[in-house]
Amino acid sequence: MFHPFNEYKTMKEVVIRTDKLTKRFGDFIATNEISFEVYAGEIFGFLGANGAGKTTAMKMLCGLSAPSSGAATIAGFDIYKQTEQIKRNIGYMSQKFSLYEDLTVLENINFFGGIYGLSNKQLKLKREELVETLGMQQEAKKLVGSLPLGWKQKLAFSVAIVHEPKIVFLDEPTGGVDPVTRRQFWDLIYAASDKGITIFVTTHYMDEAEYCNRISMMVDGVIKALDTPARLKEQFSAASMDEVFFELARGAKRKAD
Amino acid sequence: MSWPGVQNVKPIDMKQFLAFVRKEFYHVFRDKKTLLLLFGLPVAQIVLFGFALTNEIKNSEVVICDYANDEASRRITGQIEASGNFSIRKHLRSHRDIEAAFQEGHTKLAIIFPARFNHDLLHLNKAQVQIIADASDPNTATTLTNFATSIIMDYQNELLEGRPLPFRIHTDLRMIYNPGLKGATNFVPGVIALVLLLVCVLMTSVSVVREKELGTMEILLVSPFSPVLVVLAKAIPYFFLSLLNLTVILLLSVTLLDMPIQGSLLLLYAVSALFILTALSLGLLISNSTDSQQSAMLMSLMGMLLPTLMFSGFMFPIENMPLPLRIISNIVPSKYYYIIVKSIMIKGLGFSAIWKETLVLAGMTAVLLAISIKKFKIRLA
Repeated sequence: MFHPFNEYKTMKEVVIRTDKLTKRFGDFIATNEISFEVYAGEIFGFLGANGAGKTTAMKMLCGLSAPSSGAATIAGFDIYKQTEQIKRNIGYMSQKFSLYEDLTVLENINFFGGIYGLSNKQLKLKREELVETLGMQQEAKKLVGSLPLGWKQKLAFSVAIVHEPKIVFLDEPTGGVDPVTRRQFWDLIYAASDKGITIFVTTHYMDEAEYCNRISMMVDGVIKALDTPARLKEQFSAASMDEVFFELARGAKRKAD
Repeated sequence: MSWPGVQNVKPIDMKQFLAFVRKEFYHVFRDKKTLLLLFGLPVAQIVLFGFALTNEIKNSEVVICDYANDEASRRITGQIEASGNFSIRKHLRSHRDIEAAFQEGHTKLAIIFPARFNHDLLHLNKAQVQIIADASDPNTATTLTNFATSIIMDYQNELLEGRPLPFRIHTDLRMIYNPGLKGATNFVPGVIALVLLLVCVLMTSVSVVREKELGTMEILLVSPFSPVLVVLAKAIPYFFLSLLNLTVILLLSVTLLDMPIQGSLLLLYAVSALFILTALSLGLLISNSTDSQQSAMLMSLMGMLLPTLMFSGFMFPIENMPLPLRIISNIVPSKYYYIIVKSIMIKGLGFSAIWKETLVLAGMTAVLLAISIKKFKIRLA
């Protein structure tokens, strides 16, 4: 399942484009004129220390937060004017585990599929497909709250892409999960990427950074570096992504929250 | 660059909305503790207010000190005993024993007939009865003395039928609409207002805030499901639960408390639906102003239940309050609802008697709803 690290899709169809996207909270500039492009089908790692502005940037891209200035298009739609179209084309998985624990696995799939307007036939297919892929035949009718965290995370990811969005935004999806489950989680990410879904992911784990096709490093609200993991290591003559991260984050003035 | 088939934004259809409403019902029915609270609460309140906390007085113990022991004193004593409100603990020989009787603690009232009571009454047209009450509980004392006085008055009227007696004092006992002085008549409308508020304000605000706490609100806001519909879908289960609760309370009050509904049931449900909407908008307003379930709960309790208890007129008469409090009471929605329910249930009045209160309630609802929906949109930015 694992792709070689720096072999990302050659098709250069742009699905996310930002141009000097900025978010200010009073005097504080959380995200300062960031400009980048994400291509269709790639796994784009969005890295940075705590407080670097990653979550703010991601929230703007998802339409949860209005930008202060700058421009951006998501799946070809304008971030200011076409938010409704954007919503239909993206999926989102937040830092917090965000399924309903008092609903069963199937009910969660039905609900999230349902609010995206999937037909009964599509829902049935999705239920079968998800239960099959995740191997949850036994758990399908159990309350989500009774599942182990790793399963919940995998389920949350599958539910985030249940409506087959163009892009899925993952905000630190593997927090608190053991390495084996993280690996399985990335298998799901690769499978989604193979289906043509663009993955936009933030993470703290540098080994996960290596799984991405390209990564951007944010420091103090600006993007300090953006390239494939291999080229970044080359550029900073570092042996691992860890070193690249330290090299870049060392100059940070903002304190982590 | 274009994505075929997704250019046209189609509006949320009924099916999507129903998927959401179904989910809300799951939440309600899976949370057994809350469900128990929802339906146990009205039952407990009706039973508590109907029986335990009632200000209706039954079988209060009374001692009689009868120096006269004649026809009139015996007749009055008999009627006091027959009223059901009193039970005669003992007959005392001397008024010196009265204090001892009170000190035992059971006696609430002592009635003393002087010697030659009947004689004075018939020949002098003027007789005295002394009533001594244990005023350590002033409310009970007042009620009991009123009761006893009214029994004596009844006897006197019976005795002196038609004959005008200028020196007799007419006692206004204010027992209109509730001649039996049943406590339930005042409590039931109050309990309805309380329970509806509790269910709607507390449950809605907590259910919206819970989504924020869980992080699912973000997922919903990222989805094409519009925030206004999120709010609407959340309100629907509580709207129906509240109507169900209202039915439970009404059934209980009719069967358990023998309290008939004098006016139109349809009208009662219609204004209750309006009040539920008021409460739901309040709940939404609260959920907009906080991000934690705990503070939502506190705000609902302090902001809604307390004013309802204090300013709706159900526990403390508004007429007796100082002016500033009377003014404050005008902004408490439950006050109007309480007046409406009392008018319909107890007085059996129609819409023409309550249209003013209904209008005020409708106005409040419109304003609250407008503010909370507006605030909800702002939060999205």
